[in-house]
Amino acid sequence: MSADPSAFRFVSTNRRVREDRRFVVGRGHYVADVALEGMLHVAILPSQYPSARILSIDSSAALAMPGVHYVLTGEELVAAVDPLMNGLDTPNVKRYPLAVGQTRYAGEWVAAVAAETRAQAEDATEKLRVSYEQLPFVMDAEEAFKPDSPPVHPAHGSNVLLDKTFVWGEVEKDFAESPHHLSFRVVWGRNSTVPIETFGVAASWDPWREMLDVWASIQMPKYPDQIARALRIPANNVRVHQDVDVGGSYGVKRGIKHTVLVSHLSRRLGRPVRLIEDRLENMRGGDQHGPERIFDVDIAFNDQGIVRSMKMRALDNAGGYAGRAPFQLGKPIGAIVGPYKINSVQYRAQSVTSNKAVQEAVRGFGQSPTNYAIETAIDKVAVAIGLDPIEVRRRNFIRKDEFPYLIPSGTSYDSGDYHTVMEKVLTHVDYVALQKERDRLRASGMLAGIGIAACLEPSGGNSSFEPLLNEKNTTTTWMDSCRINIDGAGFVTVTIHTTSAGQGHETLVATVVGEVLEIDPDTIRVVRPDSLACLPSNTPVGSRMAIMLGGAAFHAAQKLKAKFIKIAAHQFGCKEDEVGYSGGGVAATQRKDHLSWADLVGIAHRNFHLLPAGIEPGLESTHVMQVPTGTKLPENGRVQMYPCHSFEFHVVLIAIDPVLGKPDIRRYVIGHDCGTVINPHIVKGMTLGGIAHGIGAALLEEFVYDGEGQMLTQSFMDYLLPSSHEIPKVEIVHHCTPSPYTVFGQKGSGESGYLGAPAAISNAINDAVRSLGISFSKLPIRISAISDAVAAAKQDKQ
Amino acid sequence: MKPAPFDYVRPDSLVEACELLAADEDARVIAGGQTLVPMLAMRLARPVRLIDILRLGELTGIREDSGSIIVGSTTRQAIALQDPLIRKSVPLLALALPWVGHPPTRNRGTVGGSIANADPSAEIPLVAVTLDAAIEAATPDDSVSTPADDFFIGPMLTTIGMGECISAVRFPVWTYKRIGVGFHEISARRSDFAFVSAAAQIATDEEGRCLEAALGIGGVGDRPLKLDISSLLGTRLDAKSLTEAVMAAAIDLDATDDLHATADYRRRVAVALCTRALEDARDGANGGEPRGVAR
Amino acid sequence: MKIELNINGVHCASDVEPRTTLLDALRDDFLLTGTHAGCEHGVCGACTVLLDGEPVRSCLIFAVQADGYEITTIEGIATSPGELSVIQDAFCETHGMQCGYCTPGMILTAHALLERTHDVSREDIVEAISGNICRCTGYGQIIEAVEFAADRLKKSNAPRRNKTAKIRSVGGHDAPERGILEAAADAPGTGPR
Repeated sequence: MSADPSAFRFVSTNRRVREDRRFVVGRGHYVADVALEGMLHVAILPSQYPSARILSIDSSAALAMPGVHYVLTGEELVAAVDPLMNGLDTPNVKRYPLAVGQTRYAGEWVAAVAAETRAQAEDATEKLRVSYEQLPFVMDAEEAFKPDSPPVHPAHGSNVLLDKTFVWGEVEKDFAESPHHLSFRVVWGRNSTVPIETFGVAASWDPWREMLDVWASIQMPKYPDQIARALRIPANNVRVHQDVDVGGSYGVKRGIKHTVLVSHLSRRLGRPVRLIEDRLENMRGGDQHGPERIFDVDIAFNDQGIVRSMKMRALDNAGGYAGRAPFQLGKPIGAIVGPYKINSVQYRAQSVTSNKAVQEAVRGFGQSPTNYAIETAIDKVAVAIGLDPIEVRRRNFIRKDEFPYLIPSGTSYDSGDYHTVMEKVLTHVDYVALQKERDRLRASGMLAGIGIAACLEPSGGNSSFEPLLNEKNTTTTWMDSCRINIDGAGFVTVTIHTTSAGQGHETLVATVVGEVLEIDPDTIRVVRPDSLACLPSNTPVGSRMAIMLGGAAFHAAQKLKAKFIKIAAHQFGCKEDEVGYSGGGVAATQRKDHLSWADLVGIAHRNFHLLPAGIEPGLESTHVMQVPTGTKLPENGRVQMYPCHSFEFHVVLIAIDPVLGKPDIRRYVIGHDCGTVINPHIVKGMTLGGIAHGIGAALLEEFVYDGEGQMLTQSFMDYLLPSSHEIPKVEIVHHCTPSPYTVFGQKGSGESGYLGAPAAISNAINDAVRSLGISFSKLPIRISAISDAVAAAKQDKQ
Repeated sequence: MKPAPFDYVRPDSLVEACELLAADEDARVIAGGQTLVPMLAMRLARPVRLIDILRLGELTGIREDSGSIIVGSTTRQAIALQDPLIRKSVPLLALALPWVGHPPTRNRGTVGGSIANADPSAEIPLVAVTLDAAIEAATPDDSVSTPADDFFIGPMLTTIGMGECISAVRFPVWTYKRIGVGFHEISARRSDFAFVSAAAQIATDEEGRCLEAALGIGGVGDRPLKLDISSLLGTRLDAKSLTEAVMAAAIDLDATDDLHATADYRRRVAVALCTRALEDARDGANGGEPRGVAR
Repeated sequence: MKIELNINGVHCASDVEPRTTLLDALRDDFLLTGTHAGCEHGVCGACTVLLDGEPVRSCLIFAVQADGYEITTIEGIATSPGELSVIQDAFCETHGMQCGYCTPGMILTAHALLERTHDVSREDIVEAISGNICRCTGYGQIIEAVEFAADRLKKSNAPRRNKTAKIRSVGGHDAPERGILEAAADAPGTGPR
């Protein structure tokens, strides 16, 4: 495949994203738009305490309220449904949609009211009388790790969900032989992607058809399977409608607890039931928080600033239940050395329960916090040796000619050209001039700093981190699929088998199929069948769809092309290698014979007597594709994680008024290499959106709990989302290093920008304050913290 | 987040509104709703009846009267922001208004609503306190006027009593020839509730000597405060005088400590923003373009 | 309580509880689901509609307060079935969205801005949309969409409509529309006339 975009007719060209058309007229089809006859609405009663035994729930007053049909408690659920899936081998950490016997965090869902309207359901929740016995609680991860901390799940015996150490390479030897060591801690505060649309689900159980219909704002692999398993019904009794538009997810919309809850109610009440989280339910009890992680890092390096070895302890605060938190410690193993030639690594992954809300998969699945730790390390090496942070990276980067590059933890990086991307960015930004600008700002009395971050976006997600952290899990298949049908009139319809949350998948497959069949993508219809009519898919996680959906569409289209060729060769009476497909028709290379698209369609659909033997009538093809690499289970704690690795290089200039303490991003440049870009608009959007998320994580967003275990940031008044004022104009510098493993050389870009922005911003702020002898090692970095630290440092100097 | 149920009534006159308020202690006024409705949605406020005054003609409009600008309480912030009378005669309010919320909230939110809400970091109460404005309220039989500094007594707390409805804010007009204004605020995001805000208005003579100076801060403690900077009178408002005056006024301020900012931060930044606001006001009075003028 | 509202030029009537927001009435009573709920406490702007041409948060207005205004929702913006307004088309041209959830609010806000003037700087756009939160795009392509639309409107043949906006521009009157010759003179690469 070529790195040159002009080699393609449709791929890499500026084509409109077709999904946009329905959105600009307000005709998206979101779950709250789904109206079902007789539908009931659910509101939730949250718990007040971080840890308490539920002694009794009196629903009598609630049931007497107008419009109320039912009150559901955990006691009923535990008898009717199986616990929600837990990927770790921790059978005593059980999770149900409602608290069972005990609540484990303030805001946990204790009871659900179903009523004619949402307002009536809310009115009724206020009439529920719950009697609690408060229990000791623990909020802090380091406290929770101690054996004497109050266990969130007493049956599990401790708060430790996971404590696994990997040693890849001769770590101790590398440390012993390195002249320099340094150690530090950084903390990634609890935040999340917080989409503007909350999670919602509507379910309708038809007892005569024995079918559960589900509409949800969902981004989750194996969603129908998990619903079926929890409800103890056959998986082909569950039909998920995938033509629901998801109003943003970035990983977190996995509301399996919401789904099981409404499905159970629908089954119980014989009516459709809907739960749309309100913002309070979402923030404190929706279980869509992200990582909250302490990194203790030691690195060993030499006088040239070459980092030889790294020890990293990552302690993550999972909250009240396992959720996806533990695995968010595992996925970063696939890029644990970042873009650097670090020779050996020791990695200790620790996940603990505490009395906080539960985590869900957040964009990057733990990679961004890990990059924050790695990039902080590199900057500290630069300071220790007295080198420019650019130069340290230059010296440590994997070189272009060293790919595929096997990292100590077993993943092979497919391709990359980090030095070129970096040089392109430095040229574009005029690094020397940028440094002069920084110095000019400093001379004028401001604090000013340049922050650099270089990191990878592993893409093409499989789930190899699961068997790595849980040996009982032997899953290596992580497929995706596409089906193409050319109908009797010659029109093309493609099906995709997942929901989307704005990633432009319809545009993606139409472009790919159009490219292969050499027909205008705008004539291709893309639809999403429900889950029963679908082929297998593992949904857009792990930045995988450009690779997997693109790949499946490509191969399905190639199969159709091959069928055209077979049909034509048979017509012409020549061999298949004597005909050529071009622009929707097939011509014989040596003769004048030619069959047009319409001719071929006619033969396939109507002239069975003209078909070659063994060819099915019609023009339909499917392709189910496995992730390109990573077909093996882990061995000795090593595994090939994702197949493809995009690269990003951030340069940020920040100015800070030393008294006000508010960081002002003066310049933001990102170099981005995701291989061949299928649709430039989509990739640009992902990158800019990812950087905005990163700015939020670095400076503004945090779920804060107080000493009483109460969450203080329950609404958008306290959880601060960046507005247009907070996001600077970002300049993107492109480069293309294709992947050898994908059909067009494409790599993923669903997480781009987010993976390196927090690190770059942190490094910039630390560069700005370094001369005062201070630094910040916890995100988000609040303006008050900056101002207070600067004032204290200046006082110390006096 | 649906509010608890309430009745809704739209009185035809201010008198009727006050009578309705006096008759029921669980009744509340609604005008623009930008601060009230979120509280209703979160069920932090549960009035049994809402009395909608937004369309009462008596309460809207901006006029001049006896050396003051009277701003009707239901005047929308967006209207006030562009009003030529306010720009000319209450420039400090004109300078502060673009910092109030966002364009869509200013399209609906009212001047009186911001005063009644009494958020410690709100800009309109700060300007009212700084300029010694008077808050006029109607009662069923009468009306009462309270100096702004007495009106705000705590976080979200005012002296408004049962049966009373804010009818107008009366801003005194400075009649000096040379007047300048300054306004600064700092928040995590633009247009959030400010951690600290400072408002200043200064009048100087032809030699640049200070004839009158007013300074107020918001967001630091539990209500907006007017600070005593009378030491500046007669001075040329040089850097040294400004610093001394601000330090003396801002020393030992009660400051809030919360998840967004520490008390130390608020005190430190109060000093900085007060100084900047005064500098801008001085420069504006002396004829130059003041720094930091918002739009 | 009975309500009678003017929505996109159509007279709409219903009977709602006083506590029903305009947002919920639009969606549930009038089946206009293009306006979205994001936070229900007036911060995110996904619920933005126009009242007499000005953007407001429909989650902070009760339906019983909304009579007597010209209410415009996203459903009232497209010029005819299957067609897009200049602004809607501009958002498609620059891909000024991803999931589409904040998009109706953004477009209405942009619409209100460009009804007032076509001479908008990047700062004007940033300020105008500062009350609409987007989690997908980082705002870049949204700002480009509004710039693109402003440019097209500046050069378009269609006369500016009488505005319904009660809040006038700062100058107190509308700036005259620039003719295409004047606009062309500003285009890069043109020399003095």
